[in-house]
Amino acid sequence: MDEQYSCVIIGAGPAGLSVAIAITKNSKKKVLVLDREKHPGGILNQCIHTGFGLTQYKEELTGPEYAWRVYSEAKELGIEIRLSTSVIRVSEDKVITTISAEKGIEKIKAQAIVFCTGCRERARGVIHIPGDRPAGVYTAGLAQKFINIDGYLPGKRVVILGSGDIGLIMARRLTFQGAKVLAVLEASSFVGGLSRNVVQCLDDFGIPLYLSHTIIDIVGKNRVEKVKIARVDENMRAIRGTEFEINCDTVLLSIGLIPENELAEMAQVKLDPATNGAIVDENYMTNISGIFSCGNALHVHDLVDKLAVEAQTVGKKVAEYISGGVFAESDIIVTHDDFIRYLLPKKISGKSDVRFHFRVRRPLSDVVLKLNNFERKFPYLQPNEMSSVLIPAKHFEDIEEGIQREIKIWIREN
Amino acid sequence: MVSSKSNSNNNYDVIVIGGGIVGASIIRELSRYDLKICLIEKEAELSFGVSKSNSGIVHAGFHSPPNTLKGPLCARGNFLYDQLHLELGVPFKRVGELVIIKQSEEIPDLEKFKRWGEECGVPGMKILNESEVHQYEPSLSTDVIGALYAPTAGVVNPYEFVFLLAQNAKKNGAEIKTSEEVISIGDRVAKTTEVITTKDRYNTKYIINAAGLYGDRIANMVGIYNFKIIPRKGEEYLLDKKLKGLVKQVIFPLPSKTSKGTLVIPTLDGTIMVGPSAEDIDDKNDLTTTDEVCWQIFDKAKQMIPAIHHKYLISTFAGNRPVPVKLIKNAKGKYVKDPDGDDDFIIAKTDDVPGFINVAGIQSPGLTAAPAIAEKVISILKDDGVVLKANKYFVSTNPNPKKIREMSDDELDKLIKSEPDYGKIVCRCEMVSEGEIMNAIENGAQTLDGVKFRTRAGMGRCQGGFCSFKTMELLAKGLDISPLEITKRGEGSNILVEDLKKQKEKI
Repeated sequence: MDEQYSCVIIGAGPAGLSVAIAITKNSKKKVLVLDREKHPGGILNQCIHTGFGLTQYKEELTGPEYAWRVYSEAKELGIEIRLSTSVIRVSEDKVITTISAEKGIEKIKAQAIVFCTGCRERARGVIHIPGDRPAGVYTAGLAQKFINIDGYLPGKRVVILGSGDIGLIMARRLTFQGAKVLAVLEASSFVGGLSRNVVQCLDDFGIPLYLSHTIIDIVGKNRVEKVKIARVDENMRAIRGTEFEINCDTVLLSIGLIPENELAEMAQVKLDPATNGAIVDENYMTNISGIFSCGNALHVHDLVDKLAVEAQTVGKKVAEYISGGVFAESDIIVTHDDFIRYLLPKKISGKSDVRFHFRVRRPLSDVVLKLNNFERKFPYLQPNEMSSVLIPAKHFEDIEEGIQREIKIWIREN
Repeated sequence: MVSSKSNSNNNYDVIVIGGGIVGASIIRELSRYDLKICLIEKEAELSFGVSKSNSGIVHAGFHSPPNTLKGPLCARGNFLYDQLHLELGVPFKRVGELVIIKQSEEIPDLEKFKRWGEECGVPGMKILNESEVHQYEPSLSTDVIGALYAPTAGVVNPYEFVFLLAQNAKKNGAEIKTSEEVISIGDRVAKTTEVITTKDRYNTKYIINAAGLYGDRIANMVGIYNFKIIPRKGEEYLLDKKLKGLVKQVIFPLPSKTSKGTLVIPTLDGTIMVGPSAEDIDDKNDLTTTDEVCWQIFDKAKQMIPAIHHKYLISTFAGNRPVPVKLIKNAKGKYVKDPDGDDDFIIAKTDDVPGFINVAGIQSPGLTAAPAIAEKVISILKDDGVVLKANKYFVSTNPNPKKIREMSDDELDKLIKSEPDYGKIVCRCEMVSEGEIMNAIENGAQTLDGVKFRTRAGMGRCQGGFCSFKTMELLAKGLDISPLEITKRGEGSNILVEDLKKQKEKI
């Protein structure tokens, strides 16, 4: 007989643990958290810089400290956390197959599943950087792991491609460890990571940032020897005559994160191409009843504190679901204009207030976000920052009943 | 008599130079006999030259006419794959191939290939009409009007094939030397020749030159100058597993003179690969990929299978085909291109250089032909008077490789209960366990790429972002070296540069 749980949470990172805590606080049901790693905390364990927990704990914690706080709370609540256990399959009828050295293959039946599977980094192949394929080309997160977890320096003269937060953090980290960061290159005309990281990780150390620049060639037979760089136009094409070279032994890639939803897809969960995360309704439930998604697996967050808030909401909804609650049908489709890169939830019932999370495509200032007669001013919106807006239920009310129950959120520039 | 045992460890009956698909096939075939044999490879791992970047297609054998070496050896090689699959556990699947056409004027070309194939003994070929071809391959572009279908074509992982051949040869007594380069070959004295490498000196009765791109360099060492090898680069683009099932057969355009064209390949591992390009280059080490070729390949692939898109790209690589150019001495005594020379395989002994057999210029369909080439080399040795006595200890099979992603839940559960390391997942994208990686290291993996090519760890969608260090830890443990010594693919390609835990002591 398979094991049975009211809810199984896949992933014991900050999202998984926070959701488990919220579910446990809001129901008396049996919850299980699974993680493939030996330690809970997910990727926070390698983020040894500070800046975590500013709003959650009113303190400036390191990643491992933050993870420890959440883990301790989960332990105090008696939440069962099963580590060194990989989930290899999830079926539409919510049977989870796990593998571990200790127990071999096991099957677990869940009434509800929450995917808190985090995200992975985009690798070199995905964007096709031409040139040789030597050692010395790593994603920023892998370099972070080499240094912070394993204690090895992956290179001494480093060029970073992409201005995502991990890349910026790693520029500083490498400098601390005696490496020389020669340049951070960003193909778009604005920075991918948080502004505070540009100041604290690049400006404070005199590391040059080249916007609208990219690597057009990696040279090196065995180990990276140099990179060729060029300025790019709006279509990301290299502009002839702007090429220059930097001699380096390492290229770090910080070119974006992709939510990991391969398991969710096995369970027939539908994904939003804009986020690569699941399409969820106002209850954070996917198209499969009883399957929820939260954290970086749903959409890539900028701050763990915002993720914690989301996890609380999700946890409450899951608790309601496994306690036999019935959600109002989310049959209104939410669309948005082209200023917005993505927005969620994409399906709502129209019967309760909804907090929408979104990111814009390019920096905007002095704009108004509108839905019917709801308006909210934003002095500025940045693509690198996750924004949110709470829209009261009354603004969904005047939607006419019809075949296409659809509302559109849009942004007006002043 | 060749098979007399020598007292010295450095005396061999046969030395095979080159550890690609050809060298590995030959050494394994030689290991059936009572001979002292070794294989010398200059790279850190076998297959790291030409074979690693091979497209992995076991061709049916209709691309070359019957009066060539290529044609019949390809058809014969294809036939031999079933047995190799059974004996060595070489993963191999006969998926079939389609040469598609978009104009009815091209039908005679298909008929020509069909005739060549039939003359070489290729079974089951037929020419499909428009409605048939779309039934065979529903995702084909709608303007395809017909195809030549050959059901016996298959797919393998070329590097895996090399590793399994070498593993078996080693078990049967062959010595395998890697990171060792032949730098010169001495004169023949008393029916033995001295082979000098970067590490040692050996005496051997026979030398088999299977040095791939460097086949000309090795031939020059014994005074053979009647061919040179030029590199013809092919770039390959590997797509995400999400496209699994998009094509069932290997899809070919109508071939050109220099290449079989840009193909859409359903790889053995369930990914789709598009490529290769074909570009003659100067530098045998040039394995760069370029933006122009990337777009060209996707354009060509989309013309055959419109659903192909570069957004599915997960990895890119390039390889160089060893293209033979036959040379003759001109009036001034200089070697120039032979106007009558073809680009067929060179597989022969040379009368004025006894004990030296060239197996050179083995470009496509070399992977397919390799098992038949090995048979041919054995017959050349026999014809040269070598008495081949059976190796009484020869075992034709390899132990079951235990790939957890291919096991049923029950099989896997049972395995983990007896060997728990198979329950520790290292590479999550491709589902590879610690047990498999340790097994690969025991069977000769020396580098991160060596583990990757043996187990697929790091080959999936995250491209090693999550598992690289764990794999490195296992390599360090298995080889008893420091993580600092671990390389991507051999000398100079170290992954890490400094142990930070020792930084303090230094200061």
